[in-house]
Amino acid sequence: MSRNHLFYAVLLAATIAAPFLFPSYTAFLATLWLFIIVALTWDMTGGQMGYNSLGNIFFYGTGMYAGAVIAIGLYFPVGEWTDASRTEVLTVTGGQYYMGMLLGIPGAGLFCGLCAYLIGPLFFGLRGPYFAIGTLGLAIAAGEIVSNIEWLGGGQGISMPHSPLHPDFEKVLIYFLYAGLGVVLFVFLKWLYSTRFGAAINAIRDDEEKAEAMGIHTLRYKTLTWAISAVFVGMAGAISAFQLIHFEPLETAYQTINLGIFMVVCVLLGGKGTLWGPVVGAILFHVFKEVTWNYFLGGQWVALGLLIVVIVVFFQDGLMGYLKHIRPDWFGIRVDEKEADA
Amino acid sequence: MEQIAENIGYLFQYPVLNIKTILDGVMIGAIFALAAYGLALVWGVMNVKNLAQGDFVIAGGYICWWLAKQGWVHPLLGVQVAFIVMWGFGWVVYKLIISRVIERDLFTSLLATFGLAIMMAQIMNLMFGSDTQSVNLGYETFFFFNGFVDVPMVKLICLVLAMCLAFGVIVFMKRSRMGQAIRATSQDSRAARVMGIDTEKVYAFTFSLNSAICGAAGALVVMIWVIQPFYGITHSVRAFVIVTAAGLGNLPGVIAAGLGIGALEQYGGFIFGIGYQQAIAVVLLLIVLFFRLMQQRRKRQSLS
Amino acid sequence: MSAIIDVSGVSKSFGGVKANTDISLTVEKGGITGLIGPNGSGKTTLFNSIVGYHPIDGGSIKFEGQEISKMLVPEIARLGLLRTFQQTRIYGEMNCVENMLISLPHRKLSLRDAFKQNTAEDSEKAIHLLDFVGLFEKRFLQAGSLSFGQQKLLEFAMALMNEPTVLLLDEPTAGINPTLINGLIDRLRRANTEFGITLFIIEHNMRVIMNMADTIYCLAHGQMLASGKPEDIQDDQRVIDAYLGAH
Repeated sequence: MSRNHLFYAVLLAATIAAPFLFPSYTAFLATLWLFIIVALTWDMTGGQMGYNSLGNIFFYGTGMYAGAVIAIGLYFPVGEWTDASRTEVLTVTGGQYYMGMLLGIPGAGLFCGLCAYLIGPLFFGLRGPYFAIGTLGLAIAAGEIVSNIEWLGGGQGISMPHSPLHPDFEKVLIYFLYAGLGVVLFVFLKWLYSTRFGAAINAIRDDEEKAEAMGIHTLRYKTLTWAISAVFVGMAGAISAFQLIHFEPLETAYQTINLGIFMVVCVLLGGKGTLWGPVVGAILFHVFKEVTWNYFLGGQWVALGLLIVVIVVFFQDGLMGYLKHIRPDWFGIRVDEKEADA
Repeated sequence: MEQIAENIGYLFQYPVLNIKTILDGVMIGAIFALAAYGLALVWGVMNVKNLAQGDFVIAGGYICWWLAKQGWVHPLLGVQVAFIVMWGFGWVVYKLIISRVIERDLFTSLLATFGLAIMMAQIMNLMFGSDTQSVNLGYETFFFFNGFVDVPMVKLICLVLAMCLAFGVIVFMKRSRMGQAIRATSQDSRAARVMGIDTEKVYAFTFSLNSAICGAAGALVVMIWVIQPFYGITHSVRAFVIVTAAGLGNLPGVIAAGLGIGALEQYGGFIFGIGYQQAIAVVLLLIVLFFRLMQQRRKRQSLS
Repeated sequence: MSAIIDVSGVSKSFGGVKANTDISLTVEKGGITGLIGPNGSGKTTLFNSIVGYHPIDGGSIKFEGQEISKMLVPEIARLGLLRTFQQTRIYGEMNCVENMLISLPHRKLSLRDAFKQNTAEDSEKAIHLLDFVGLFEKRFLQAGSLSFGQQKLLEFAMALMNEPTVLLLDEPTAGINPTLINGLIDRLRRANTEFGITLFIIEHNMRVIMNMADTIYCLAHGQMLASGKPEDIQDDQRVIDAYLGAH
């Protein structure tokens, strides 16, 4: 037990020290945390509950917009801020900026959670491929619709208020926002998966019909799980909005084939339905991507598509799944040899 | 908002606009129905949901466009060439990817084909650039109702070609040995295997046929509309809308839904403006999914 | 005793095939009711109608006086009406104790309770029930690695864990080693008497059902052929004919 505690303490210390030890990698590490957050939240529904969503990026994009609207709307009419023909310069003070962050990030999370809670009953009637395609449709539709809403800046997107901080410090602030959210999420999930609720969503994954027949509140649990994951993705989205300063709907906010598919790949790479799988997968994927990206000379996206196909076809159980297969005893699985042979 | 109301007003003020919108919709919808039929075929026979369907369509379009641009093949002949080339492409994709995911869970095939879709779109982007392309045959256009309704000759030709292709596939599925084997496999693959049907061969053939149909459909699209490397996903979504609305193995339904979706999209584009075209296809998907869900609810079932 | 399940005039057809025609029966609270009939006589269809797997064409199904023929499967299950499957359904990737813990009666849990960890009593109860069905030795094994008969016992234990009011069992002895059947009959009886669970059982094994049930209904060709006490059914010429195929 104490060895476990020591392990987590070292990890936490490394997380806190990282941006000071490797200042030139702060942005890289911040994005790494973003990947970990989206992978962990995707795994809540995809891995633990068996509902493979292709549209969780919807909450990321919505979180960005919600965060921006709150941060701006506190001090200016949003329509005036996003007006493309605006000539007067609108600025916020330092205090207003931090207030926008303080309210914008949790506000975006709550808004996304509420969205998921409201649309959940509609989407969770869809099973298997219909759920995946339906959620993909949701993400694409949202991007297309938002890019036609002038109040949100249309296809041009939104510019965030300027940070009063020096860019180097701003980077560190963003890093700690992501890292803090990631750590909270990890601890939360570690607890959640140990509760009856966690067992119930596993039951839904393994045999939903049986879970229904046993009287588990399947719809309520599914909707709640999605809503909780949406809260965290939405908050991550809002942090991204502050990080990016300017964002637009199709390529940054509702980036369906970018981050939207990365999160799935991270989880598959690390291993679905495990706590550490998404974390390990996100690290592997992000490092691989950053190291190799520039060598592909414009063919990165082709390589990404290829990588998805290869992972899905040949390595779908991921690293954790592979370990489970060769070392079942590490995961506390016991099989009765006699019975299994019979 | 005012613009939308105004546009709806036009439809009532000038009823011939409806004729034009429906005609345009039917002509483009016939092509949607082709791709949807291919999707239903693969879905029904091997339970693979192909998210790269639309990219097959776009690839077929680029084959036709490129050959015409080089001056090697007349675009109308390019339809046949696209059919043949995409047949071979489909076979390769089947052997490399699909055959390995066919026995796995549904999400695997969905995700694998999504990866393929990204790959194909990006390769086409690298090869042909991200501009929209089309082939102009320079045929004449007929005008009706004082010029309110225009029917280009090329659209009529494409409609006829699409009907010929559909008819050919139907006759093939009904009459040929392979067609019977495909239908048998789609009903019960294990029974088919027991009866001596080489299901592996049937799967490869079905997937190639689907790819070829998409290729030909794409060649038609490039003549009457535009293509662009990233338009594939919208075509995939349309195919899913049509199949979800019509159900598997319901050919008249697929055709009707295809024409309907074509018309609805034209109406949507007219009312909301051209900027919403992609959104309309996707929103239609959501509407159809939830409509089917309500139907299933009445049967105490969910949509799976 | 009063009727806890009241089926009256239920019909169900699939395409042109009439699986159930105008079926009426009642299940008495606290008793053991049997449902027999040759293969294809519509027993499982009736079960599925009761627990909500498909809509019925006509008639009404009441549970504790409440109409349930339009409700969905999870809603009915949450009323305390539970069923086991002919082909067992257990969570194969988890071990037996985990299977049991998942089967806690979630309908009795508030949302706050759902977000708690399982208590020591829960585990104790799970292990006690596993012991009750004779799976104590296997409790930490992966459920998927158990034999079919053992999986059936596990599914029965999971149902008991759920503390249902009524338990619908679809052929509980099919696929069970004949030497263990007497033990199973005994456990079913004890589930009825000790845990107070009303049982409604589809069974092919005449010896089993005649031994256990208070009331037996016999279906044939989708219609109610006979009903009554076991000894009446046993001597009923129509029932004998139906089973021997003289119908």
